[in-house]
Amino acid sequence: MHPAFSVILLTTLLGAGQGLFLAMFTGQLYAIAHFLPLQTSGFYASGSLLALSLLLGGLAASFFHLGRPERAWRAASCWRTSWLSREVIVLPLTMGLVAAYALTHLLGWTAPWFRVGALAVDLSLILGVLGTLASLALFVCTAMIYAAVRFLEEWHSPLTVSNFLLLGSASGFMLAAAYSAWLGNPLVGFFGTWAVILTLAAALSRGAHLLRNARLEHRSTVQSAIGVRHSALQQKAQGATGGSFNTREFFHGRSARTLRWVRAFFLLTVFPLPVVLIALAHAEVSSTLALTAFAVQFVGLLAERWYFFAEARHPQNLYYQSVS
Amino acid sequence: MPQLALVIDLNVCVGCHACVTSCKEWNTSGAAGPLVDEHPYDGSPTGTFFNRVQTFEVGTFPDTETVHFPKSCLHCEDPPCVPVCPTGASYKRADNGVVLVDYDKCIGCKYCSWACPYGARELDAQERVMKKCTLCIDRITDDSLPERDRQPACVLACPTSARLFGDVHDPDSEVSVAIRERGGYALMAEWGTKPANHYLPRHKTRMHIAPEDLERVDNPLRREDLTDYTGEESVDDVAW
Repeated sequence: MHPAFSVILLTTLLGAGQGLFLAMFTGQLYAIAHFLPLQTSGFYASGSLLALSLLLGGLAASFFHLGRPERAWRAASCWRTSWLSREVIVLPLTMGLVAAYALTHLLGWTAPWFRVGALAVDLSLILGVLGTLASLALFVCTAMIYAAVRFLEEWHSPLTVSNFLLLGSASGFMLAAAYSAWLGNPLVGFFGTWAVILTLAAALSRGAHLLRNARLEHRSTVQSAIGVRHSALQQKAQGATGGSFNTREFFHGRSARTLRWVRAFFLLTVFPLPVVLIALAHAEVSSTLALTAFAVQFVGLLAERWYFFAEARHPQNLYYQSVS
Repeated sequence: MPQLALVIDLNVCVGCHACVTSCKEWNTSGAAGPLVDEHPYDGSPTGTFFNRVQTFEVGTFPDTETVHFPKSCLHCEDPPCVPVCPTGASYKRADNGVVLVDYDKCIGCKYCSWACPYGARELDAQERVMKKCTLCIDRITDDSLPERDRQPACVLACPTSARLFGDVHDPDSEVSVAIRERGGYALMAEWGTKPANHYLPRHKTRMHIAPEDLERVDNPLRREDLTDYTGEESVDDVAW
């Protein structure tokens, strides 16, 4: 598949935004349980506003993917059958909940409404739980857009969903650690630890996905594509002189060597490098290193997403032998 | 429910591209707006086509055969491109089974093209919406046309009658009979999309001529020939 930069940015920015919000609310939950010192409302508010701006960035990127962005509102109509439609509904819902969560903290509407045992339930807690559910649902919707297309056998796997979930959460927690480090907040160790755990879990999931795809045998062949059962089949003409949508949309146009380089690059920059950097940042109490850890992982995730698209071979490519 | 479809006979297709050009001509002139045609007279012309003819060589030289393969939307009975559409622009017509795109609703997200294993959909680079074969829906449903013209442009243009058009759900239609009696098959049947369009396979037409076909032993001409008859018995004499 052709890796469209708009979609690469959309999925990585959304992932980091959702992850950062999950990190903020996790921090608040730990503080409520007295595992962590309680932070000022401003900490949660600006953290979730940062998450909101990432979500907005992702939304903006998505419009560049559309041929007719002015009609994008129509995309909410077929939620019964289309994961894309479901994402279009869950994304603004998540953004609204994240914004409301930020606003609650910003305006200090954190007076308890009622108590459940020892737990004082306030508005931020309710919005945080709803926002968490929405963020998780958004991960599933985004990933299912790809995982649900059964013809793209590289994507048609539960591992696609776990990759999106874990990689997005990892980069979000990494950003939360960088954000805390930048503020000089001691939570950098807490967020950093979770970022490392999530990064390692993501490494397992992505690694399993890479292994699975390396051994994948495609269901269709050029024989079944044209219905001629002969082992020696050669395409002589593709039906277009200067290429077509089919030769542009479904091919990455890069060499196998480039693909290997990109894979090696993201395997290095998404997994081991940020882990080392965030550990160093924690040990050295350095905000620069923590920010670098997030930046390196994010750039790695851009490469990871590029590879995710480039790796997928669409069965229609069988009709375009000289390109594939 | 009728299911209109094409049946394409690979045995007689000569790869002349008449179906391609007539399709483009008809569909670029309709009410739905032109099909993009970029650099038509330059080195690398490109554009939107509903139908393309590809060519494959089967076998190894010198035992090769050339197969011309016209390729368009197969109007699947279970079209995977329809449910993925987020706006409902992609739909399958209930009255005749033709899979269509509502160009006014399409947002150009290309998701349907990912969900079609045949690569039958093309995004129009100028109108920025997804386009595909409509089976010339504006011809085949136009009652003001004489009945023989109510067929897709490609079918009318084909000089070898390699393209048949009709209802594959009607067991007595020309297309159903062709599929049944001439080994019609679906493309990539392994995906369970149940394409309505079918292809008729290549087959070799060979004449076997035995010497007896040219000169029969009981050839009446031979008995009556006027050449020198030397008197020996013929096989027929022995048989009687």
